[in-house]
Amino acid sequence: MSTVVGEMDQHDDHHHHAPSGVTRWLFTTNHKDIGSMYLWFSFIMFLVGGSMAMVIRAELFQPGLQLVDPHFFNQMTTVHGLIMVFGAVMPAFTGLANWMIPMMIGAPDMALPRMNNWSFWILPFAFAILLASLFMEGGGPAFGWTFYAPLSTTYSSDSTALFVFSVHIMGISSIMGAINVIVTIMNMRAPGMTYMKMPLFVWSWFITAFLLIAVMPVLAGAVTMVLTDKYFGTSFFDAAGGGDPVMFQHIFWFFGHPEVYIMILPSFGIVSAIIPAFARKPLFGYASMVYATAAIAGLSFLVWAHHMFTTGMPVFAELFFMYCTMLISVPTGVKVFNWVATMWRGSITFETPMLFSLAFVILFTIGGFSGLMLAITPVDFQYHDTYFVVAHFHYVLVSGAIFSIMAAAYFWLPKWTGHMYDEGLAKLHFWASLISVNVLFFPMHFAGLAGMPRRIPDYSIQFADINQIVSIGGFAFGLSQLIFLWVVIKCVKGGEKAPAKPWEGAEGLEWTVPSPAPYHTFDTPPDTSKTPPEAQDHG
Amino acid sequence: MAEQKHEKYYVPASSPWPIVGAIGLGLIAFGAGHTVIDMKNEADGWGINVLLAGIVVILVMLFGWFRDQINESMSGLYSKQLGHSYRQGMAWFIFSEIMFFAAFFGALFYARVIAVEWLGGASNNVMTNEVLWPGFEAIWPLTETPGGIESGAMGWLGLPLYNTLILITSSFTCHFAHVGLEKGKRKQLIGWLGVTIVLGLIFLYLQGAEYVHAYQDLGLTLDSGIYGNTFYMLTGFHGLHVTLGTIMLIVMFLRVLKGHFTPEGHFAFQATSWYWHFVDVVWVCLFIFVYIL
Repeated sequence: MSTVVGEMDQHDDHHHHAPSGVTRWLFTTNHKDIGSMYLWFSFIMFLVGGSMAMVIRAELFQPGLQLVDPHFFNQMTTVHGLIMVFGAVMPAFTGLANWMIPMMIGAPDMALPRMNNWSFWILPFAFAILLASLFMEGGGPAFGWTFYAPLSTTYSSDSTALFVFSVHIMGISSIMGAINVIVTIMNMRAPGMTYMKMPLFVWSWFITAFLLIAVMPVLAGAVTMVLTDKYFGTSFFDAAGGGDPVMFQHIFWFFGHPEVYIMILPSFGIVSAIIPAFARKPLFGYASMVYATAAIAGLSFLVWAHHMFTTGMPVFAELFFMYCTMLISVPTGVKVFNWVATMWRGSITFETPMLFSLAFVILFTIGGFSGLMLAITPVDFQYHDTYFVVAHFHYVLVSGAIFSIMAAAYFWLPKWTGHMYDEGLAKLHFWASLISVNVLFFPMHFAGLAGMPRRIPDYSIQFADINQIVSIGGFAFGLSQLIFLWVVIKCVKGGEKAPAKPWEGAEGLEWTVPSPAPYHTFDTPPDTSKTPPEAQDHG
Repeated sequence: MAEQKHEKYYVPASSPWPIVGAIGLGLIAFGAGHTVIDMKNEADGWGINVLLAGIVVILVMLFGWFRDQINESMSGLYSKQLGHSYRQGMAWFIFSEIMFFAAFFGALFYARVIAVEWLGGASNNVMTNEVLWPGFEAIWPLTETPGGIESGAMGWLGLPLYNTLILITSSFTCHFAHVGLEKGKRKQLIGWLGVTIVLGLIFLYLQGAEYVHAYQDLGLTLDSGIYGNTFYMLTGFHGLHVTLGTIMLIVMFLRVLKGHFTPEGHFAFQATSWYWHFVDVVWVCLFIFVYIL
């Protein structure tokens, strides 16, 4: 008992500066340290997954098989998807949540700080296992990130077992991270910070955390059934034993569709913080933003089979899932309308976070519209498994989710590092990314409509020109991200001192603490009842 | 909001246990993967050693982490607000467990209502049945699969019924123990908690006996088609949860004997009790949907 009290004293001693050495990062319970580790981890994974995309684009630069054999190509598409979803986008959002949510709600830290560190440190092990499986005899997972049975059961290599267990521990990490976020939000808000006064980033993560806790266990169930089907003789996905491969798709997409909203809802929160700051106007329609986010999350449980229109379902089910999917465009439309209305007659300036947010609104909307096209059952029979689908989800995930993460990074870098980033380089990064991302993904729509299938290393000669353009866009986009790395390193190392509130129109508790934010913020909660953030106009 | 108290929230100093736990889970995942591969190839590999090492590391982590936690709690570092965090955390964890079982219940319902029926020619699948699986009849329990594997079916009378009564009873005894704790009646607490543990152990023993009966007498095995699959996966994962719950109850019993917990502060006990009730509710669903219907 005395040792604990001793630790407690020691803890009080180093209250406002960080401990040093490698154990700081291994043993930390500090939400800012853990947030930084999440963000760096996700950026490394972004580069690893991006390199795999470069392999894919290099192979597809010309028709025919040039660089890699088809089996390796399949491994690249599979692991690229897995890494970008579970290793890049999700940890980036968790990192932002760790850094920002306690500061935004006036909490001293996350609610369960030790579990927080556990959630993070599982990830490097999970991805080390996944990446190591690429070097096994028979190769790594090659069945697509969706691991449809029987590709992942009857026809997969031995690495499947490692894939399954690595997904299991990724899931444990995500669930613990989400529990931490949801408990922090429910239990750690400063006095006066009612639910409807929370910043929208907090709201969007509140709902995201709920989705994570609800669907990650379903993913765990799906990989478990794949494991037992492959290794223990069960026949969940085998008609000979009374199961059904289609059942795999139902279970997977029951997880998978909420999962894609897990990767976009925090973006909505980020953009809802940035646009009002640079338009110098309070967010238009705060309450409707909250309800729209909740509605999108609720509907996400009722639309999963729109990924399976061509798989085989009764017509009634096809129609049900088509209409439910289309309903989602209503709350999404509310959001886009609100962002535009926020800017209406604002005094807008175009710093890099705002540029990325504007690009987000436009490009995400393009991705939303192509999603609406895909939702129409009869036409989906043409689009299904073509590059049109690839174009669609890369518009929402790259120029949607990733762009919002970039926006968030530029917006809060001064708060994290205490320095202003290099605006010129950042703008270069933005314009390079914006142009290349469209060169990369826009032509894919046409390739898809003309019938080019996805996940195939070779293609018919008439797609050669389009694929060359796409590949050039791909390489340019990949290289552009190195500018971002440069900007971040430069900003961490030095630069113009950032004031507590570097953005004139920004609102929120995080701007009331100095930059860089002290190691511990809000040991005692601030009273937010008098000047609640974002409370000006939406009451 | 108004009644929410904000004393100083305890943020623990740095702790080695999370990274130890991450190493443990990493070893378990890597080792379990290779164990499964070794089993399939019928090779004596090192996978099992890595898996066991991982389990040992996790046990060390659990022991160290909970020891720290208990010491902090006993030395009065915890506030009411922290208690709320733990309770909410446990509640959300149980919700995630419910969703895990939901995946397998979903598989059971899909197989029963859709997959097996369609293989038998229902809806517009007459030709599926005629051409691909001629002679297959859609019945449940599926005692003969389309591929021709035959097995017996587990009835609900006898062992499963006894187990149901035992587990429901144990939920009540667990509650009586909790009431004893809240009223400061330690004898009532110890007695009922002991009864709960015994009931949990009896349940596990009978479950084992049921599996032996199923394998030896009924020919109902894990690989005997979708009925056996869902039967063993659902009851098996439930059994694992009962095992974990029983271990938690035993730890609580030892802590009670050491004089831990007060009528006001007993998060660990409450969490264990919630977990036990959750396991009970899952069993009732299992009994209805796996055994009776």
